Amino acid sequence: MDIHKLQEIVHKTRDARRKQTLPKYAPAERDTLIKKYHPDFRESAYRPIAFGPNAGEKTVRELAALLEGNSVVPMDLDLTPQHACDVLVVGGGGAGCAAALHAQAQGAKVILATKLRLGDSNTVMAQGGMQIAVTNEDSPVTHFLDTLKGGHMKNDHDLLKVMVEEGPSIAKWLLSLGVLFDRDADGNLHVKKGGGSSKPRLLTASDYTGLEIMRVLKDEVLNQKIQLLEFSAAVELLSDGKGTCTGAVLRDLDNQRFFVVAAKTVILATGGIGRLHIQGFPTSNHFGATGDGLAMSYRMGAKLMHIDTFQYHPSGAVYPEQLIGALVTEGIRSEGGHLVNARGERFVNELDTRDVVSSSIIRECEEGRGIRTMSGRIGVWLDTPLLEAEQGEGTLNKHFPAMVRQYERFGINIAKDPVLIYPTLHYQNGGVKIDVNGESDVKNLFVAGEASGGLHGRNRLMGNSLLDLMVYGKRSGLTAAARAQSGSQGKLTMEHVMKFKDEAKKHHVSADVISPMLFPAYAKKE
Amino acid sequence: MADIDTQNMIDQEEVLRPKMVTVEIAGKKYDVPEGITVIKALWYAGQEVIRGIGCLGGFCGACATYYRTKDDAKVRTCLACQMAVQDGMSFSMVPPFPARKAIYNIAELKDPKQDLFALYPEAPLCRNCNACTEACPQTIDVREGVWRAVFGDFKAVSEMFMDCVMCGLCVPVCIADIAPNLVALYASRVQGAHFTEKPERLEHRIKEIADGKYRDEWARVMKMNEQELAKVCAELK
Ligand SMILES: Cc1cc2nc3c(=O)[nH]c(=O)nc-3n(C[C@H](O)[C@H](O)[C@H](O)COP(=O)(O)OP(=O)(O)OC[C@H]3O[C@@H](n4cnc5c(N)ncnc54)[C@H](O)[C@@H]3O)c2cc1C
Ligand code: SF4
Ligand code: SF4
Ligand code: FES
Repeated sequence: MDIHKLQEIVHKTRDARRKQTLPKYAPAERDTLIKKYHPDFRESAYRPIAFGPNAGEKTVRELAALLEGNSVVPMDLDLTPQHACDVLVVGGGGAGCAAALHAQAQGAKVILATKLRLGDSNTVMAQGGMQIAVTNEDSPVTHFLDTLKGGHMKNDHDLLKVMVEEGPSIAKWLLSLGVLFDRDADGNLHVKKGGGSSKPRLLTASDYTGLEIMRVLKDEVLNQKIQLLEFSAAVELLSDGKGTCTGAVLRDLDNQRFFVVAAKTVILATGGIGRLHIQGFPTSNHFGATGDGLAMSYRMGAKLMHIDTFQYHPSGAVYPEQLIGALVTEGIRSEGGHLVNARGERFVNELDTRDVVSSSIIRECEEGRGIRTMSGRIGVWLDTPLLEAEQGEGTLNKHFPAMVRQYERFGINIAKDPVLIYPTLHYQNGGVKIDVNGESDVKNLFVAGEASGGLHGRNRLMGNSLLDLMVYGKRSGLTAAARAQSGSQGKLTMEHVMKFKDEAKKHHVSADVISPMLFPAYAKKE
Repeated sequence: MADIDTQNMIDQEEVLRPKMVTVEIAGKKYDVPEGITVIKALWYAGQEVIRGIGCLGGFCGACATYYRTKDDAKVRTCLACQMAVQDGMSFSMVPPFPARKAIYNIAELKDPKQDLFALYPEAPLCRNCNACTEACPQTIDVREGVWRAVFGDFKAVSEMFMDCVMCGLCVPVCIADIAPNLVALYASRVQGAHFTEKPERLEHRIKEIADGKYRDEWARVMKMNEQELAKVCAELK
């Protein structure tokens, strides 16, 4: 049927829906809904990891294979270092830049290596904003409790407390670097309400929050003359043979050569896993989100946490085809946008936590109330024109310029027509287990940002990731710099990799899966 | 329920009438499905792309591309992850351009509006050709932005360039060797760091935390067992 015909029901029911308030689900109902529909509970998608620090624990098959995977590095590689430094930061997103800047400010010699260009990352795409408790009605404690609730009470309390308490000083740091957060008329930071939060707490820079932060941090990394290695992917960590991290093997992606960086400390800030397309889901993530940090640190003996839970963002684009998986910002729902099924009904409180909203969208679709596309996708409507009806013409253009532009490029006017959405693989809730200084179980191996785990529990609250990056980027940077200054460079060996290979053989794991993956294989080969 | 499903099916031109189109990628012809993005066309043609891909979401500017449509002399620019291919289109990805970025210490700038001329002495030499504006895939009025920066209206610059993805397409076209995006980034950062009010409430909050205002509340919360916490959380609205 013509798309406009199908959208008619959304326009027709709009006025009636505006009068409706939908309660949030009670805790018991939430649990039932999630267990029944959330992809995290699809048994067949999971299997136990055969060996290593998390042996026996279940994770999705795609990730399990990479964790058990084989090294791409020849075991006889000459490990004479081409570079040496105090702190090697791997990953050029928000966490990596924050770590590098803080480590350098302590006087450490820092190298920042990243596999694409500096800033090509998930961070640059964050639109919704960054949660920091700055208003009088709000407090770090409330922020803590909201996050805990969102995370199904599974968050590491210490990590979380540190994050919410350091939030305000992080905002100050970013402002001092020139980040332009939106303001109220009185000059205070403007806050928006995010899904799953009891108080408005999201700091934003239009719907370009991540881009604005990334532009500034990138520029600052250059201003500070931090040694930068772009198109250089870390493919293996190095150890002193006694379990301490001492550097990494990288691959120059322009000539495919391996090279070695000796580092007194290493900070992995390699981000998420969206490009593994877990359970066949499309993703909102950048091209390099392949979980490299998880695979490398696992081989070295670092314990992972909560790696059986992923965030499927409720609103991924389903139509047009060119935008599949792309994120439709949560801001639309924060500002009152409704989710509407094929019958013109709302079916969930749009501001509930992401796992609840995603589960309910999947429920609508599985029970026949979704809207299909001919290419085999399914979704529900997000009523964008409602925002114009509520807040006046031009609202979308003013508050969501990035989203308007994204659809406009494919001939869709979101001010007039609702958009079709379905959950998209968005965020890795867990990751490498860290302490409050960002250090993993492996000495001198730090992990910051999306690659780390524990802080967000089993479901990250929107806007908490940007804060996580900055706080734990900073803390890992500071601790790593201090550690490096008091320590000396250890031996460079791949003994842990050889041991890992032996383990794999013992468990009859095929040596054919190479990890880290670095990039998804999209190029058509025949 | 099955009939509801087919009733609720969006017609898609590409499925109803799938069509292959011929495009020219860096001078070579390939047949690819109509309407896919330029990046997907590259993959479809079997090409691995690493330099030229970043976010795949229209935010990072890694995929800056020149293209021309059939029978049109005009060479245009796009972000390859955000542009659909059509028949007869020719395109090439844009290699990185060695623009000069000025190095500065944002905190220590004494007279940032004047310092612009020391850091980017070419900025006031704009010759108004408008090539930068025409090259911008984000439809920013880049030329106007350069002038505003030169006249010290950093606030306007920061607002105009909020959409800038730093793709750099405005740089190689400039006949005055200006890198408009870098000039704008300088002006925006300065606007934020030097000419925007310090938010009082934030300062206040930082002080409250330092002064231990929340110490008792923390002590209470951190002592709670899982059940007590769950109860407090359930009460949050
Ligand atoms: C579309 C989108 C919107 C989002 N919106 C929000 C939001 O509004 N608020 C919020 O709080 N969070 C949001 N998030 C989540 C948040 O942006 C990410 O979790 C966060 O940016 C991750 O930061 P990071 O620095 O850990 O990783 P990234 O920013 O992804 O950076 C990882 C970096 O590591 C590099 N890398 C990876 N592997 C290697 C390797 N082997 N060697 C070298 N380099 C490597 C990558 O290329 C990249 O540069 C959003 C995420 C997405 C995808
Ligand atoms: S201003 Fe320049 S760098 Fe920024 S988006 Fe436009 S062309 Fe790209
Ligand atoms: S391209 Fe250069 S000279 Fe031409 S208008 Fe833009 S800044 Fe001025
Ligand atoms: S890949 Fe980032 S803008 Fe296209």
